[in-house]
Amino acid sequence: MAHDTPTVTRTSAQHEYYKQNNKATMQKQVVNFAIMIFLTLVAFSLVGAGFSANLVLPIILLMAGVQVVLQLYSFMHMEEKTAHEIGVVTMFMWTGMFFAFLMILAFVTIIWWNL
Amino acid sequence: MSSSVKKKGFGATVWDYLTTVDHKKIAVMYLLGGTLFFVIAGLEAVLMRIQLMYPENDFVSAGTFNQLLTMHGTTMLFLAAMPLLFAFMNMIVPLQIGARDVAFPFLNSLGFWLFFLGGLFLHLSFFMGGAPDAGWTSYASLSLYSPGHGVDFYVLGLQVSGAGTLISGINFLVTIINMRAPGMTFMRMPLFTWTTFVTSALILFGFPPLTAGLILLLFDRMFSAKFFDVMYGGNTIIWEHLFWIFGHPEVYILVLPAFGLFSEIIPTFSRKRLFGYSSMVFATILIGFLGFMVWAHHMFTVGLGPTANAIFAVATMAIAVPTGMKVFNWLLTVWGGSIKVTTPMLYALGFIPSFVAGGVTGIMQATAPLDYQLHDSYFIVAHFHYVIVGGIVLGLLGSTHFYWPLFFNRMLNETLGKITFWIFFIGFHMTFFLQHFLGLMGMPRRVFTYMPDQGWDLFNFISTIGAFLMSAGVILLVLNVIITAIKGEPAGNDPWGDTRTLEWAIPQPIPFYNFRQTPLVRGLDPYWIEKQEGNKEGMVYAEPLGDIHMPNNSIVPFVMSLGLFIASFGALYSPLGVADDSRTWAIPVLVIGLVITFGSMIYRSLKDDHGYYVTVAEIEALEEELYGKKGGNK
Ligand code: HEM
Ligand SMILES: [Cu+2]
Repeated sequence: MAHDTPTVTRTSAQHEYYKQNNKATMQKQVVNFAIMIFLTLVAFSLVGAGFSANLVLPIILLMAGVQVVLQLYSFMHMEEKTAHEIGVVTMFMWTGMFFAFLMILAFVTIIWWNL
Repeated sequence: MSSSVKKKGFGATVWDYLTTVDHKKIAVMYLLGGTLFFVIAGLEAVLMRIQLMYPENDFVSAGTFNQLLTMHGTTMLFLAAMPLLFAFMNMIVPLQIGARDVAFPFLNSLGFWLFFLGGLFLHLSFFMGGAPDAGWTSYASLSLYSPGHGVDFYVLGLQVSGAGTLISGINFLVTIINMRAPGMTFMRMPLFTWTTFVTSALILFGFPPLTAGLILLLFDRMFSAKFFDVMYGGNTIIWEHLFWIFGHPEVYILVLPAFGLFSEIIPTFSRKRLFGYSSMVFATILIGFLGFMVWAHHMFTVGLGPTANAIFAVATMAIAVPTGMKVFNWLLTVWGGSIKVTTPMLYALGFIPSFVAGGVTGIMQATAPLDYQLHDSYFIVAHFHYVIVGGIVLGLLGSTHFYWPLFFNRMLNETLGKITFWIFFIGFHMTFFLQHFLGLMGMPRRVFTYMPDQGWDLFNFISTIGAFLMSAGVILLVLNVIITAIKGEPAGNDPWGDTRTLEWAIPQPIPFYNFRQTPLVRGLDPYWIEKQEGNKEGMVYAEPLGDIHMPNNSIVPFVMSLGLFIASFGALYSPLGVADDSRTWAIPVLVIGLVITFGSMIYRSLKDDHGYYVTVAEIEALEEELYGKKGGNK
């Protein structure tokens, strides 16, 4: 039976278009990646500098939140408004985060603080 | 690819199934694997019931009883009910939405093999020093101190098969989002596809907490980490939370597809469209969502405090609202319909009152103060078997009859089917109805025996007789299958005459590419619409006949799973923490297993596999062979 590999042919205009597109995405990703590295460095140096834990902890948590959003929107393609069924994907992401938040809330309140 | 080849040798057939990525063949494998484990777990149940038939019986020892209990619960839930539901999802969902396969056929096969080998691993514990014995919930305060390797088998086996389940769940999500035929909008999807969708979402969010919990338990047992060990500052309650954050969604993972199956059967044999379709969809989503906010109703007696208990009690009762919506919608579908009482319909009609009974006792248990009375008594056993057997098992048995012609192009015997139903149904109520009262009279669950003359003797005896009846029912079903296999006539498409959805419009036997042309869906119940308009072919098409792109078979999923299976033995017998060095052989076993798994992953990543095309000429040749003369428009 036939086992040919399908090949995709593109016109040169299409080719140019994709090339442009890829370049733009690449730039954006490199910038975001740099920001993420920077945030990580800040986090480590805050700890290294020996500031009080009451200051360092909230800042690190905040930056962790920023990192998550950056990760989702820049590397996991959630910013692509026109992407196929992006609404469903976004809905799933936020539902998942809501459940995770609920779990953390429950753990903190009924296991560790013992309300 | 090979369905055009008649009469293959045994070896070739085995190889075909080991490598297949066809959702229909994977469905058959899930059906076989699930049935195997269902029979094993059923046997364990009967052994337990024999032990409990008389007070102070010594048919099995206390230790054996604990193993039977644990393996029965674990196997039924993870290795019987879920795979059997996956069998129907695999078979029906792609056909129902007009797809040629699932989104990731390779992962589909991987999911099956992980489930099967994980289950096999768990069952080998019987021959390798004893099965797990800390209950299917494996509460850490008990499981940490379980001697031998039983609980390690539980942890590793569930980890492997759970990975398979998670993979399959994601696959169905992507399939349903991406692979619907033109015109098959979300609000035209049949209810079984909808419930599969929500169930898959529950798997996606529900299984990771279990995985996390199992990892912690593994570390506690093997490397003496102290996550759950109170003596060293750990907290045993964390396991209970993690387990039930998974565990409650799990019960909806099981029951929602059963709801979906009944929502297909009931309109078909009421010969009326499903009443309140959009409210059914809404109720399904709402049940799925609320399913994540109620887990602590399993822990009312732990001492969470009145505030937490009150919140979780109210949240639990809220689930009764969407569930009630569903029940009323089914009743209103039947009401005024032109009802045909076939075997599947009998199961559906039996399901409604049985499931409602289980739901009502559920609300009773949700009342936290009352639960202090009911907790850990036979009342609980009665409750969950009413929802599980009355909901899921009746759904599975009914759909086995309903969908058998779709799977195998044969009809199961209807008369025998009805007899089976009555025997099973009577046996089911006989077994579990009286257990409510046993619970109220104080009989605790998970006990291997009890003292005579507490008023429990008669009810326990009757309960065991009921279990025998249920076994007889299952044996009759197996006989029915065998008879049909030997004598059955080809059923053709639409054998029930009143089916409504796309899967029934496909000619039988279904060609391996499902649809020669992608169908165009013109509304809810597309097949019904076409039949009403006198379209003999049963569907209209969205594309001209052309070459069809199909995935290649692959042995890699099997090898990948086998690697994890081997590695599990290495992990189980790990020499870490063992005083003598008699177990150093386990390290190479672990390493070899992981090398096999990661090696096949790398192979899969590096080697491009774009699938292949079936040409128009090949399609026409195959169809002529399958159906004789050519048909269809071009
Ligand atoms: C069909 C006939 C069945 C019979 C006769 C039966 C019988 C039993 C018995 C005797 C127990 C032990 C109760 C105790 O001592 O606490 C039990 C527990 C259990 N059964 Fe069944 N059962 C059946 C079907 C099922 C099915 C279909 C499922 C799930 C799909 C299931 C899930 C469970 C679970 C989760 C437990 C609790 C195990 C534990 O406490 O760890 N059973 N069953
Ligand atoms: Cu629950």
